This record gives sequence, C-alpha cells and structure tokens, in this order.
Amino acid sequence: MPLSDKEIKDLKEKAAKLRNDIVDVTFWAGGAHIGGAMSMVDIITILYNKYMKYDPQNPDLEDRDRFVLSKGHAGVGFAPLLAEKGFFDKETLKTFNQFNSPFGMHLDSLKVKGLDASTGSLGHGLPIALGMALAARVKNLDYKTYCLIGDGEMNEGSNWEAIMAAAHYNATNLIPIVDFNKRMIDGEVKDIMSIDPLADKWKAFGFDVIEIDGHDFNQLNEALEKANAASERPVVIIAHTIKGKGVDFMEDETKWHYGSIDSTVVEKAKASIAANS
Amino acid sequence: MAKEILGTTWTVYDADTLTQAEIYGQVLTDLGKKHPEIVALTADLAKSTKIGKFQDEFPERFFNVGIAEQNLFGVAAGMAKSGLLPVVSTMAAFASMRAAEQVRTDICYQNLNVKIIATHAGLSFGSAGSTHHCTEDLSIMRAFPNMTVVVPADGIETANAVKAAIAHEGPVYIRIGRGFEPTYYKSEDYGFEIGKAVKLREGTDITIIATGVAVLQAAEAADFLKENDNISVEVINMHTIKPIDREAIIDAVKNSRRILTVEEHNTFGGLGSAVAEVIVESGVSCAFEKVGIPDEFSIVGYPEDLYSHYKLDSNGIIDKVREVMGKDFEEDDNWEDEV
Repeated sequence: MPLSDKEIKDLKEKAAKLRNDIVDVTFWAGGAHIGGAMSMVDIITILYNKYMKYDPQNPDLEDRDRFVLSKGHAGVGFAPLLAEKGFFDKETLKTFNQFNSPFGMHLDSLKVKGLDASTGSLGHGLPIALGMALAARVKNLDYKTYCLIGDGEMNEGSNWEAIMAAAHYNATNLIPIVDFNKRMIDGEVKDIMSIDPLADKWKAFGFDVIEIDGHDFNQLNEALEKANAASERPVVIIAHTIKGKGVDFMEDETKWHYGSIDSTVVEKAKASIAANS
Repeated sequence: MAKEILGTTWTVYDADTLTQAEIYGQVLTDLGKKHPEIVALTADLAKSTKIGKFQDEFPERFFNVGIAEQNLFGVAAGMAKSGLLPVVSTMAAFASMRAAEQVRTDICYQNLNVKIIATHAGLSFGSAGSTHHCTEDLSIMRAFPNMTVVVPADGIETANAVKAAIAHEGPVYIRIGRGFEPTYYKSEDYGFEIGKAVKLREGTDITIIATGVAVLQAAEAADFLKENDNISVEVINMHTIKPIDREAIIDAVKNSRRILTVEEHNTFGGLGSAVAEVIVESGVSCAFEKVGIPDEFSIVGYPEDLYSHYKLDSNGIIDKVREVMGKDFEEDDNWEDEV
C-alpha cells in the first residue's frame, strides 16, 4: 500500500531528526563515518518506523525482526536511532568513542541494547544475517532479517559466498539492502574496484533485484513491500544513495567518508538539514 | 559398520573399530535427539567429517554451505545469535585459518555458543601435504578470548569432549585427526572434565605432558622406560589447552622437576608454550623440553611415518626422555633446594 502523505511527512521528520542526531554524535565522538551514516538514514528510518517488529523493553524477543548493519563503520548513524526508539538513553551517546564507552566506531552487540550483531569488519554481516534467517526456518518463526550492506564491501568475497548460499536456500526471509552511495575511503567505487554491473551480479547469483532511489520513501516502501512478499526467489534492494545526504556541503564528497566537525560545522550542517527537509 | 551403536556409552569394540570422526558423528546424532537446538554445519565435508548420520536423521537441521568457510562460520554465528546451537565441522586448516576472522570476530567476540569440530588436524592428512596439515591452530585459537580449546586423545575422548562442549556455554574448538589413529581409552568413564588434566601414569623422574594422538605414544613410552631404563615417568593427558590446568602442571613440576611436552603442532604457540607459560609464571624451576613439529612446513607421508620423523611416536619420545634424563642439571648448585 502506498504511503499516505502524513506517513511521508512523518518519515521525513524522523529522518531529519536522525540526521541532526548524527551530527551531534559525530561532534561528541570527535569524528565519525558521517558520510555513510547520512546515506543510510532514510533506509533505516523506514525500516524501524514502518516495517520492523521489535520491543525496546524486550530486546531479545525471540520472534522480533532482525537488522544487521554489515557496514558497521556507520554505527554512528545507527546508535542514535536505537536511542530514539528507547533501547537506551540518548545521553549515553555523549560517551561515544571515549574510554571504556559502550559505544565505539563499530558497535558491540554485547554492550549496545537492540543491536542484533557486532559488525565492523566488512563482508561479515550478510553471512550472519543469513544464519539468522535460516534459524527462523529451523525454529519455525516468521521474523525477517534485514541486512544493510555498503557498496564498497561488495568487494569482499565472503559476501558473494553468502549471496550464493542465500539463493541456494531460497532465503526469502532475508532482505539484503545495498546502500549504493558510490564511494569508499580511497575514492569512487568504480575507480577503486568496480562492482558494476551490480544488479546483474546479484541476478546471476539467483536474486531478484529491485533498484530504487534510497532517499525516496515511496520507492523504499514499495521495494520493502515486494521484498517482504517474496517467496519464489529472495530479493535484494539496491538503494542508490548519496554519501553525506542531507548536508549539502558533505553530499558526494569523498572527504566526508570520515570526518571531524567543530561547533561551527555542527551549526552549518544542522542548518542544511533543516533547509533540505 | 558391523555393529549397531546404541546410546553414547562406548565399548572397547567401538573404540577399536570406529574412527574418531565416526564416533563424533554418532555422538552428535545422539545429542541431536535430546537437543532440538543443535544444528550441524559443514562446507562440503559431510563425508570427510562423518556428520552424514546427523544429516540423515535431521535433514532440516543440517546445512552444507558448499566450499565457503567464511560464510560457514558467519552463518553459524547468526544461528547461535538466534538461539540455535551450531556444531560446525570442517578441516582444522580451514576452520583456524581460512575463517579465522569469522571465528574470532563473529563467534568469539560475541561469545556465541558455537562448537567447532576441526578434523584432519596436525599431520593426520599426511599425504595431502602442508596445505591440509594444520600445525598452527592451537596457537591461533588460544589467542581468541572466550574460546575453549580441547584436543581429545582418541575417539572415546572425542565422545566425551563433544558432550562436554554441548553442555558448556560459549565457543569451543575441538581438534581431532582424520580418524585412523589408535586409541588409548577403553571406556568413557574416567572423569573427563574440560580444563582438568588426566593423570595416566604415576612417576617421579620426569613428567610427560601430552595432548591428542601423542597421549597414547607417551603412555607407551612411559611403560617401556619403566621396564627397560628404570626411569619412572609420570604421564599427563592435557586434553584441554585452554583453559589450561595450571594446578596439574605446577604439581608435576614439583613432583618430577623435569617436564617434557608432546604435541602434534608447531612447538611455537601450542601445548608446549602454554605449559611453559605456567611454569615460568609459577617461579618453580625445572628442566623443560618440547616435542612437536619444528617451525617449518611439514613434509608429505603417511601419518605414522611423519610421527616417527618428527619424534612424536613412542620411540621418539623414549629418545627424548633419555636425553633429558642424561642432562646434567647439577651445574646449578642450588638445584635440589629450589622450590
């Protein structure tokens, strides 16, 4: 069902709020992977506000939907969402990156409530998510497992091992989403190690592919609806996104893959987020 | 198989006719009946690792992910994180090296309840050469926090180790051979406990601390030396490399003052190193020697020939014991007084 105007307005507000929080946490942390955090905001916003079943009071709920952030370096973008949802107090994010904080650049599932898997080393999230999806089958539970994969980490061979296996097992309860923001640390993905033609690669491995604008809630909604209904073949959503999305001076700038910001930049970034939403 | 195996109590007949891996496959199947949360995973080695029995019994709880070990251990982590109890079987070389980071970061870092049955360890796949030998895994696995490392002496002890691992919460690495090794134990009832060494021979002149296939060889060497050389050899089966039984080691040092470790592993980083760490930290001095694979890539051959070549068989151990016993430690004036 298409999103209502009210739903879209609400999702946009929540996404803008999350982008603001990411700016704050990046400031507190002294530096973070802000570009890749901003590119995934709209994806995780619709997942946690419309699609996923979970209970912040009972984070280990057996039949909850799972989310694996395979691009673990974007933890700075995900932790504020978990705080907003009530898994923990947002104030604790002020310790981000500090001595013995539960929050480091790559989040730890034994320390961060609501985090379904510890990730950080790239190419690890999809196999773990596949294991969660297969476990649902063994345990006869109907939860879904979403896995957000960075485009740069599509270089990792272990991802392709998992894609092959997910298609083999017809794991339609696993929904991988590629945050295709076109950039990695050293430059543009196409120049460093091209993953093109990405959709054809997934198709050749046995997936149906839905390619969308990862910042358009209507397209995200339609894609997630289809992926959730899949039964014949698993579905991957390739979400074309903009690194740094929402902060005009960070958009499509490789240098904002990782950045530190001072209070002046914080104000500028927040002004840009307000103007863009 | 000539005989129907019932339950998990093993007879002399089983021990003599079934390989380590076959016993493991049977034990796993038996445990699978009691524990619906157990799932078995492998990477195109269901036949080699003998878990086909489990597959026959519980097809919906068996996953062969193909030749893809990184995915194998990642999937196991995801399953464990979702409340299943994955038992993963593949060759030691691939479990400990090809997928080392998945074992460390996905499984140990999250302290997940995954049991790894690493087969074809040491030189047991002798003719395959160094690509399929594995003389590094104890060193690697010992360095991963949360990991428990067990090296059964034979099939009977493998049965005990698998059962103990299932009962233990957290990741466990069980290292076994290819399955053609002669057996030491005749029954399961000798009080196997993870982290607790087993004394096999009493002795006062020297202590052999052995693990895995070297256990039987050490016991045979001890019996020979007692009879022919009048050397009283204590033998300890150190089946758990981590957590190591510190008390058993320190007791042995105080008892015999001469320690010899024997393992089918590089002499760097495995049993010998683990025992040496305990001894040095204890402050009690003793003579100490390690028998194992020297720091080189092992040669090709039948396992028995390789054990002989690397002095891991009873003859090699006997020679080493005589050498240690012949050494003059009296140069140290205070030798007798140091405790």
